[in-house]
Amino acid sequence: MSKRKLTNHLGIGIIILTFLITVVFLIVFILRIFYKGYSVLSWEFLFSSPKEAMTAGGIYPAIVGTFWLTALSIALALPMGIMTAIYLKCFGRPWWFVKTVRIAINTLAGIPSIIYGLFGMAVFVNLLKLDVSLISGALTLAILALPVIINASEEALRQVPNEFREASLALGATERQTILKVLVPTALPNILTGAILAIGRVAGETAPIMFTAATFYTRILPKSLSDEVMALPYHIYALMTEGTNSAKQVPIAYGSALVLMILALAISAIAIYIRFQIRKKRKW
Amino acid sequence: MNSYKEKLFKVVTYTASMFTIVLLFGIIVSIFREGIPLFRVVSLKDFLGGLAWYPTHENPQFGIRTLLAGSVYVTLGALMVAIPLGLGSAIFVSEIARPRLRELAKPVIELLAGIPSVVYGLFGMAFLAPLIREWFNLDTGLNIFTSSIILGIMIVPIIASMSEDAISNVPKALREASYALGGTKWETIAKVVVPSAKSGIIGSVLLGFGRAIGETMVVLMVAGGSAQMPKSLFQSVRPMTSTIAAEMGETVVGDLHYRSLFAIAIVLFGITFLSNLITELVFLKRR
Repeated sequence: MSKRKLTNHLGIGIIILTFLITVVFLIVFILRIFYKGYSVLSWEFLFSSPKEAMTAGGIYPAIVGTFWLTALSIALALPMGIMTAIYLKCFGRPWWFVKTVRIAINTLAGIPSIIYGLFGMAVFVNLLKLDVSLISGALTLAILALPVIINASEEALRQVPNEFREASLALGATERQTILKVLVPTALPNILTGAILAIGRVAGETAPIMFTAATFYTRILPKSLSDEVMALPYHIYALMTEGTNSAKQVPIAYGSALVLMILALAISAIAIYIRFQIRKKRKW
Repeated sequence: MNSYKEKLFKVVTYTASMFTIVLLFGIIVSIFREGIPLFRVVSLKDFLGGLAWYPTHENPQFGIRTLLAGSVYVTLGALMVAIPLGLGSAIFVSEIARPRLRELAKPVIELLAGIPSVVYGLFGMAFLAPLIREWFNLDTGLNIFTSSIILGIMIVPIIASMSEDAISNVPKALREASYALGGTKWETIAKVVVPSAKSGIIGSVLLGFGRAIGETMVVLMVAGGSAQMPKSLFQSVRPMTSTIAAEMGETVVGDLHYRSLFAIAIVLFGITFLSNLITELVFLKRR
């Protein structure tokens, strides 16, 4: 065999090997979480409170807490995000302003989540005296979700063909009517896909809620915006690093991780499915 | 009436966009405001260069060199895992695999990128670390090596997804020209396709770097947490992010320890800001 042929086989072989290593590692990772988590999963586990200093019982308050944190933060970030995207895409003037906004969005997107946590603590918890609460955490997570939502919404608006806008304007509709009644409804499925991906991201974040919203242990569900909440990601972390009975806590952590992972994967899968359907149906 | 509504709509959306700038400024101002007062007590040189991190000691010392080193080692380790695996997988998917597999790979990669980091941390802490400890006969499996592997695997989807985009955007004509000249598959990949996709690949690595150095949960759970200059891959470290996360709960608002953690956040912000800036420039050059 010539040297070139040998190099070819060797090179291709190495590429296939890297792919296989990645796949095997990810399969081991996912199977491990599923296998260990599945053994503690039950209705009882999902719908009861933790007992005996976290060594027994379920994770219901953590599921409820994560639900409220996520729902509130997306409800705050989505309108802001869509409005920003509308301005950037549809008005887009003056250019220096749009440029500055874009730089700000990209910078925000790259900031580590722990810094969002510090900001939330300094501003919402301490400065505005909202304390460690559901609302402080939701505001912090909303800021984290904002760049994701803006980018997705702008991309969605960009995909609407220009003819749609021109046709609407030609029929005598104003700029605002065109945007609200033609452009946004057409782009809506794609905007929602972006929002759903943001939900997946927000639901799994731990660092931003550590000092703004999350508490290690509470048996009661949040009753108002100013209550501390349990949250699934923080619960996993707390089970692994606090408390003394790791033999009993680790299985509960695996169970919580399985629930969190299924939630995140299901949310992303829904987004990917919606996008697939849109692409299939699209006629322009 | 109508023109009033038009104006109002424009003003509202304008204000919303303005808000992103205000937010960014708010974040920068708040971490600087809380962090800068530290430097009235500790000099910048002692802060960045000092080897001793004893924030709660009677004579507290705030040298973050060991924490910086921890972040850098773990991040570089993660990139050493993630670049070959991510780039190799991207090349495999776009150049070697059948189209069916390619269609499947894209959404799977996206799904994997959505797994929360705390789940990776749990896996590292409860599964990989004990294994590593046994295999290498160590005192603890929570060290640079283990956290590099976990963090690396976590950023593989980022690097793979962006590199795959860059590679599949290389025009088909270039590949055909290479084959027509008698190039083998490997020569085409290594000498034509990858060099053409260079800027996209570099961008993906920079993005992975930013993600890895800012990641908190994995290093908090898996890196071990001792503030020391590591002498080997198998020693535990305390990266900047995990220092902030682990110690913020012990501080009193406004004391030196609190300020020093915000000062670490300033350093962290500076590093990620620079890496973002370089990424932007790389992409600008491509256009």
